[in-house]
Amino acid sequence: MEIVTRKILVALTLILVLLPACAKRDANSNNSPSKTITNTGSDTMVNLALAWAEQYQKEHTDVLISVTGGGSGTGINSLLSGTTDIANASRAMKDEEKATAEKNGFKPQEFVIAKDAIAVIVNPKNPVKDLTLEQISKIYKCEINNWAELGGEDRPIVRLSRESNSGTHVYFLETVVRLGDKKDKSIFCPKTLLLPSSEGIIAEVRDNPNAIGYDGLGYITEEVKVLGLAKELSQPFVLPSESTANDGTYPISRNLFMYTRGEPTGAIADYLQWIISPEGQAIVSNLGFVPIKGN
Amino acid sequence: MFKPNPIRTDRNVTYIIKIAGYSSILFLALIFFFLLQNGIPALKETGLAKLFQSTWYPTEAYFGILPLLFGSLLVTFLAILIALPFGVGTAVFISEIAPRAMKEILKPLVEILAGMPSVVLGFIGIVVVVPYMQRTLNLPTGQAAITGAILLGLIAIPTVVSIAEDALNAVPQSYRQAALAMGATRWQTIWGITVPAAKTGILTAIMLGIGRTLGETMAVMMVTGNAAVMPEGLQSIFMPVRTMTATIASEMGEVAKGSAHYAVLFFIGIVLFIFSLIINILASWVSTRGRKRSERILS
Repeated sequence: MEIVTRKILVALTLILVLLPACAKRDANSNNSPSKTITNTGSDTMVNLALAWAEQYQKEHTDVLISVTGGGSGTGINSLLSGTTDIANASRAMKDEEKATAEKNGFKPQEFVIAKDAIAVIVNPKNPVKDLTLEQISKIYKCEINNWAELGGEDRPIVRLSRESNSGTHVYFLETVVRLGDKKDKSIFCPKTLLLPSSEGIIAEVRDNPNAIGYDGLGYITEEVKVLGLAKELSQPFVLPSESTANDGTYPISRNLFMYTRGEPTGAIADYLQWIISPEGQAIVSNLGFVPIKGN
Repeated sequence: MFKPNPIRTDRNVTYIIKIAGYSSILFLALIFFFLLQNGIPALKETGLAKLFQSTWYPTEAYFGILPLLFGSLLVTFLAILIALPFGVGTAVFISEIAPRAMKEILKPLVEILAGMPSVVLGFIGIVVVVPYMQRTLNLPTGQAAITGAILLGLIAIPTVVSIAEDALNAVPQSYRQAALAMGATRWQTIWGITVPAAKTGILTAIMLGIGRTLGETMAVMMVTGNAAVMPEGLQSIFMPVRTMTATIASEMGEVAKGSAHYAVLFFIGIVLFIFSLIINILASWVSTRGRKRSERILS
């Protein structure tokens, strides 16, 4: 499914790139795009990046933005090798990646351009409403194996996750499974189902009353039940939303990043400035992500 | 006027055909060389002992491919258990029983099934088969080895049918006539004469069906849950598994080139290559052995 999605995205990108070009040539042959920005990376962010590019190109007909997915790692690698202007990443750059950048002669600039709350979801038939992070950690380490242990029905727990190379998977592993402990080396237990797409996780949770899964808030549909989470039992359980992610009461939300090669200039700087402007951030909420504070 | 020299034309065409023929050997050699070049470093960096362990979690350097091997073999075995009776049964029906008009409808239908993209079957699997299996068998999840095997069986059936049917058609008409003349019923003719006579072709069909199943990726990745678990007795049939092909497909996209993980994925590719090589050698061995015996009978 991922591959198909990617193909569709490539096609969409082409359309996005070609359509304005054609349209402009019809309107005014002298006014063809003069500045090109390439934007590659995170699959989580690809819809967002496409929406931004589409809107921005409508307003700035002289700029051409081509967006591709491939994953956070892919985006950062392209930035390092100089094949993209802006890398999208749903995780921060690793130290070794920063070192490679400096070896290649530039200091990567980091921009937080949106936030993404990770929702933990179950089937609507499941009576469980809230969980603590520690309980979820134990579920994914196969230390809790039945919903009855959590006040639910006597049913086995089926754990769902994205594939291990997804930025969302890595974030969930570090923040929830290991509870933020850097020295903790525990991993998802082998029984965890690794599904190739967000859609796959939503579909399985929708159809299976035993399932538990997690995904970015932007992908959650009405057909699944979102759990309230708390860091510890003493704290109140909080549902993910724009406001709870921004004020920090919802425990698992992460920053989404864009990286450039050194301090951005010209069209790239203008584009990034527009992205964090209220207009750019309005698109963020429309797609179910969380806008950054202060705007 | 230029007049083509038939001898020269003949020589040139022979050359072209020769090149085309040898090119497939060249491509195979190149692919194998590429696989070895990229996969052998896994033996040095990770080592055989670490490769044949039971935990697969590559981002934390757990490179045990045993659960993946088990997953591929289990799904393939179950799929062939499904494809064998249906495939051979359909072939027998088309070749021996169906009236001419029906035969002419059935053959193209089977070919359409063969041309069905596996991602379509996988999608049907996710939407229909997975929830159905979960409800009717009351499994923890419908994303299980058996679900993958059902879809793979569907994918392998057309391969088995068309090759087995060719083999049945190749059985001389006189065999059937002789059997019927001796008073055998139609079932006795099929079971006692036609199928045994076409045995080698049917075995080849099964071998190629196994090859098709082992290499299938998309459908299996979508419905088997991709959990890299080790077998726990018979119930593993109803548990999620992770196959070698699904692992390569889902992880190759984001792995850093030249890393240990990259090499291990190519090593899995080598293992798959060796498996399909064995299957193909078995298939050709079965068919040549069969031919020799039939030649002996005829002489």
